[in-house]
Amino acid sequence: MRGLKVARFGVGLAALSLVVAACGGGDDDDTSSPSSSGAAEGGTSGGRVSIEISEPQYLVPTNTNETAGAEVLDALFVGLVDYDDQNKPVLTELASAVDSTDNKTWDIKLNSGWTFHNGEPVTADSFIDAWNYGALNANGQNNNYFFGNIEGYSALNPEDPNPDDDEVPPATAETLSGLKKVSDTEFTVTLAAPDNTFKTSLGYTAFYPMPKAAFSDLKAFEEAPVGNGPFKMNGTWNHKESIAMDAYADYKGTKPKVDGIDFKIYESLETAYNDLQAGNLDVMDSLPPSALANAEQDLGDRYQTFPSSYYQFLGFPTYDEKFQNIKVRQAISLAIDREAISKTVFNNTRVPADAFVNPVVAGYREGACGDFCSFDPARAKQLLAEGGGLSDMTITYNADGGHKEWTTAACNQIQQNLGVKCVATPKPSFDVLLDDLDKSAAKKQSFGPFRLGWIMDYPSMQNYLGPLYSTGGSSNYYGYSNKQFDDLVKKGQTEATEEAAIADWQQAEDILAQEFPVVPLFFGVTNAANSERVTNVSVDAFDRIDKVGISLK
Amino acid sequence: MGRYAARRILQMIPVFFGTTFLIFAMVYATPGDPVQRLSGEKRPDPSRAAFLRAEYNLNDPLVVQYGKYMGKLATGDLGKTFNERPVSDLLKQQWPVSVKLTLTGLGIQAFLGLGLGLLAGLRRGGVVDKAVLFTTLLFVSFPAFVMAFILQFFIGVQGRDVFHLPVAGTTQGWPVAYILPGLTTALLGLAYSSRLTRTSIVENLRADYVRTAVAKGLPRRRVVGVHTLRNSLIPVVTFLGTEVGTIFGTAIVTESIFNLNGLGRQIASSARAGEAPVVVGLVTLLVLVYVSATLIVDLLYGVLDPRIRYD
Repeated sequence: MRGLKVARFGVGLAALSLVVAACGGGDDDDTSSPSSSGAAEGGTSGGRVSIEISEPQYLVPTNTNETAGAEVLDALFVGLVDYDDQNKPVLTELASAVDSTDNKTWDIKLNSGWTFHNGEPVTADSFIDAWNYGALNANGQNNNYFFGNIEGYSALNPEDPNPDDDEVPPATAETLSGLKKVSDTEFTVTLAAPDNTFKTSLGYTAFYPMPKAAFSDLKAFEEAPVGNGPFKMNGTWNHKESIAMDAYADYKGTKPKVDGIDFKIYESLETAYNDLQAGNLDVMDSLPPSALANAEQDLGDRYQTFPSSYYQFLGFPTYDEKFQNIKVRQAISLAIDREAISKTVFNNTRVPADAFVNPVVAGYREGACGDFCSFDPARAKQLLAEGGGLSDMTITYNADGGHKEWTTAACNQIQQNLGVKCVATPKPSFDVLLDDLDKSAAKKQSFGPFRLGWIMDYPSMQNYLGPLYSTGGSSNYYGYSNKQFDDLVKKGQTEATEEAAIADWQQAEDILAQEFPVVPLFFGVTNAANSERVTNVSVDAFDRIDKVGISLK
Repeated sequence: MGRYAARRILQMIPVFFGTTFLIFAMVYATPGDPVQRLSGEKRPDPSRAAFLRAEYNLNDPLVVQYGKYMGKLATGDLGKTFNERPVSDLLKQQWPVSVKLTLTGLGIQAFLGLGLGLLAGLRRGGVVDKAVLFTTLLFVSFPAFVMAFILQFFIGVQGRDVFHLPVAGTTQGWPVAYILPGLTTALLGLAYSSRLTRTSIVENLRADYVRTAVAKGLPRRRVVGVHTLRNSLIPVVTFLGTEVGTIFGTAIVTESIFNLNGLGRQIASSARAGEAPVVVGLVTLLVLVYVSATLIVDLLYGVLDPRIRYD
C-alpha cells in the first residue's frame, strides 16, 4: 500500500506531508525561477485555475492550523500583516497601522471601506470577536495558543483541576481583557508581557477577522466561509472533492488576475501528480517523493522549488549519560555526510543544515552552527575518543513520515566513520514516538537520539529558538535547558527594534553552537509543479501559493 | 424459504455486536495518542486537547467508550470525525460512491468473466483458452495498488488522448470516473470468474441434458445460451456475490488512488487518524454488506437451481 502511505489527511499528516515535500526540491538558491516562456511578468487576466490541496480539517480562521485549510483561507481572507520577500512583516492593504512603543500595548488601525463578502463592513469588532472566540477554551479551537500572550487569556483558559475527566474547566471570562475597541477602525491589544514578535505572528491564519454572521452558526459558516479577501466562495465546500471560488468584485485591495480558483481535493499526492501530467490540474505545491527524481526532466520549467521553513535535526535526551559529553554529539554530527544524503536519498533536493534556525527567517547566519555541521570523519573520530567513546547507538524515527531511508543512511555513515554500531530504529508513528519519549523521560531510561522536525508558525528566529530549545519549550522533547539562553530569547522579545532583537537571538544561537544540544541536519524545500496553462506561480515559506499573482498564459 | 431468511437475518445481530466491539477494541489498541496524532509533530494546545478528550470520551476505558458509542448508536447518532463532521453526513456523501464503484466493478467483471470463460470453455485447449488463462493469471498476481497505478498511469496519463478517462474522479462523476477503478477491481477477480465459468461450461457441455438438446436438433445458440450457460452460472453467481464484499474491501485502495470520495478512502484515512467511531461505523457497514450479499447469493441459489430447497 505504498500509494496510501503518502496520502495526506488531517493536521498530523499535513505536517508530515511537509516533511515528505521537504524530501524534494532543487537548488536552495533557485528560489524563484520564472517561467522561461518570456511571458512570466505578463500572462493574461481572466480564466480559472485549479490548485491541489488535501481535505482541509477546518475552514475557520481560529481553528485552521494545517496547510490545506490555510491555503483556502488565504484566498478568502485578508488579515493585518503579510510578509515580504525576506519574510519580514509588512502591513496588508487592509491595515493602516500596527504600532507599539513598548511592545506591550499595540495600536491597530484599519482602512475604512472594506467589506466582507456579505456586505458587512470590516471593523475593529470583526477582529475582537474572532480573537475572543478563538481564545475561549470551551470553543476548542486549534489556534487557541496564538492568543496566549494577550492579557486576560488565563481567565478564558483556566488550569484543568481534573485532567482525566470529560469536562473542560469553566472559564471565568468570555472576552480577553487585553482587547479594547477605540473606534470602528481602531483597537488596542495589551499583552501580558512585552513581545515584539506579536506583529510578526499577526500574519498567521488565526488572526483573520470574522463577520458577525459567523458566530450565530459556525458549522454552517464553515461550509461556505464569508471572508474579506480577494476571493469569495462559489457554492459550498464540497467535502473531499472540491472548493470553488470567484474573484470578489468589491475587493478593495489588489485584485487577482484570474476570475476564479477551483481547489481540487486529493487524498494522495501520486494521484494529483498524475492528474497534473494528464492536464487536469494546474498547480500543486508538494510533489510525491516518487516523482522527485524525474520531475525536472518531466516538467522542465514547470517544476520549481521554493524555500520552506522546515528544519530537521537529531535530538539527544539530556538524561542519557552516553550522550552527555558534548564531544560525543559533535563527533556524531561530524560523521554524518549531509551532502551525500541529500544527493543519494533526497535526489539532491534537500539542503544541509548549517544553523539552528531555518534560512527563511531574518537573522539566520550561514554557518552559525560552526565547524561541527560539516563532514570531517577524522576529526569526528578524534572527538569521539576524547569524549569517552561510544560502543553502539540507535537513531529512532517515526515510520509514518518517510524517514527510514535517510536515518539508515546516517546510521551507516556513523558506523563507517566512527566505528560505532548504529541501527535506525522505527516507532510506528510520531505520536507513539512522543508517547515513548515521555515514558522514558519519566523513568530516565533513554532510547538514544531521535529525529525531529519543525515548521515555523511565523517567520521569526524566536519561533525556532523558543519552542525548540527554551526550558519547557513546546517542542523541546529532549529537555535542553540553559538559563542564559532562555533569558536572551526573552530579552530579544522585548527589544524596541528588530535589529536589537535579532542581535540577542543570534547570541542565543551562539550558545547553542557551543553546547550543541541537537545535531542540525537538513532544511526543507517546497516543490511546486504547474500545468502548461498557467504562469506566475510562486509559493511562500508557509506553503501558500500566491493566488493574486497567478495567471493563465 | 421465509424462515430460512429470517434465521439468517437474526444471525446478523451477534455478527453486528461482535464486529463493532472487535473493531472498536482494535482501534483502541493502536499505540499512540489520537489527539497528538492530530497535531503532527507539535504538542497540541492544552485547551484544544482537553476539548477533544472531553468531546470524544478519550479518557474513558475501552468498555465505557464502547458503551457510550453503542448508546449513541441506539439513538441513531453515528458519532463524529475528529474535525466534527457527523458520520451520517459522510455516509450520505460516500455510500453512493462506493455502491456505484462496486456495481461498476462487478458489472465489468461479470461481463468479462462470463464472456472470456464462455469463449475459453467452448474452445477448450485452444489458443483463446490458453491466452485467457495466461492473462487472467497475470492479472490476479498483481497487488491491487500496483494494478491501480498501472491503469492510472498508462491509460489515464499516457493514453489520455486516446481514452479520455479521468485519473482522479473528484468531479467528473459516474460513469467516466468509475471506469478505471472499476476495471482495476474487475481485473483482479477476473481469473476466478473466468476460470469458474470455463470449468463449469466444460463440465456441463458433457452433461446428458446437453447431449439430448443437441440430439433434439436445437440450434447451438439455444444449447449453449440456455441449457449450458444457465446451469453453469450457479458457482459463478456465488463467486460474484462474495466478490461484492471483496470489491468493497479493495475500495480502500482503489478509491484512495483514483481519488473517489467513497467509504474505502474514508476508512483508510480514519484508521490512520485513530477515529474509532468512524472506522467502527463504516467497517460495520461493510460487514453488513458482506453478510447481506452472501445471504442474497444463498437465496439466489434456489432461483437458479430449483433442486436446492431451504427447510
